[in-house]
Amino acid sequence: MDRTQLLLGLAIALFSLGLLGVIVRRNVLVMLMCMELMLNGVILSLVTFAQQTATTVGAVLVFLIFVVATAEIALAIPIVLLLVRDKHTLDLGAYNDLKG
Amino acid sequence: MIEALLTNLDTLLLALFAFCALVGATLTVLLRQPMRVALALISTMVFLGGIYGLLGVHFIAAFQVLIYVGAVMVFMVYVIMLLEVREATGPLYSKLLLPGVVGFVLLVGTIGVSVWRHLPAPAAARGDTAYGITKFSVSFLNEYWLHFELTSVLLVAAVVAALAVIKVSRRKASHG
Repeated sequence: MDRTQLLLGLAIALFSLGLLGVIVRRNVLVMLMCMELMLNGVILSLVTFAQQTATTVGAVLVFLIFVVATAEIALAIPIVLLLVRDKHTLDLGAYNDLKG
Repeated sequence: MIEALLTNLDTLLLALFAFCALVGATLTVLLRQPMRVALALISTMVFLGGIYGLLGVHFIAAFQVLIYVGAVMVFMVYVIMLLEVREATGPLYSKLLLPGVVGFVLLVGTIGVSVWRHLPAPAAARGDTAYGITKFSVSFLNEYWLHFELTSVLLVAAVVAALAVIKVSRRKASHG
């Protein structure tokens, strides 16, 4: 197993674990953190491929993902705070009435 | 023995960091308390920063530690501390546990096998930092200036949207 395979395997594992967490966990904050884990897996794969092909476009994409992740958290946290203030719980099952 | 260890030290450290990041990610899914989950995620991110440093992309390692650990996760930890919603009881996982695990295994298997089979040969030599901060900055501000400007627009939109969400909540609180 060479270095690229190790890093890509780690990236796949991080993304899949994050997706698993988003699907199976009930806590909203933990789900948000699992989304961050998915983004981290994507960033690791981008860095690995960028190093493999020796181009800068991967690094640029990583920078853009950092910005998007920051914006996502800045928006998601107030929404979670509003939900918790409304329902007094972090359990996702309590938000069943948010079906539009 | 020690010389062989020293020549392979970066590969050894890379494998160690990868293992620790994987353990942290697994704990993120398994642990119950949000604060412990946050700490596991922070450790994963720090180990990933170490991996980026070992790969020679030091500026991405710095971004990782500064932006992810320093801004995003500190924000998250503050929210966990401020909310103070203790939920020690109740099931940890939702009803989708079995489909989620099956999907996880299928996803890892499919992507893993396809990546394993069609991996192209590396263009850069081992440890070659073909894209240091100088090359990145020059191409970032020459070729990708539009994307750079668009990210600033996105950040402004996010700030305005966050303010709008807070305003709606205040109006709701004053009416209710």
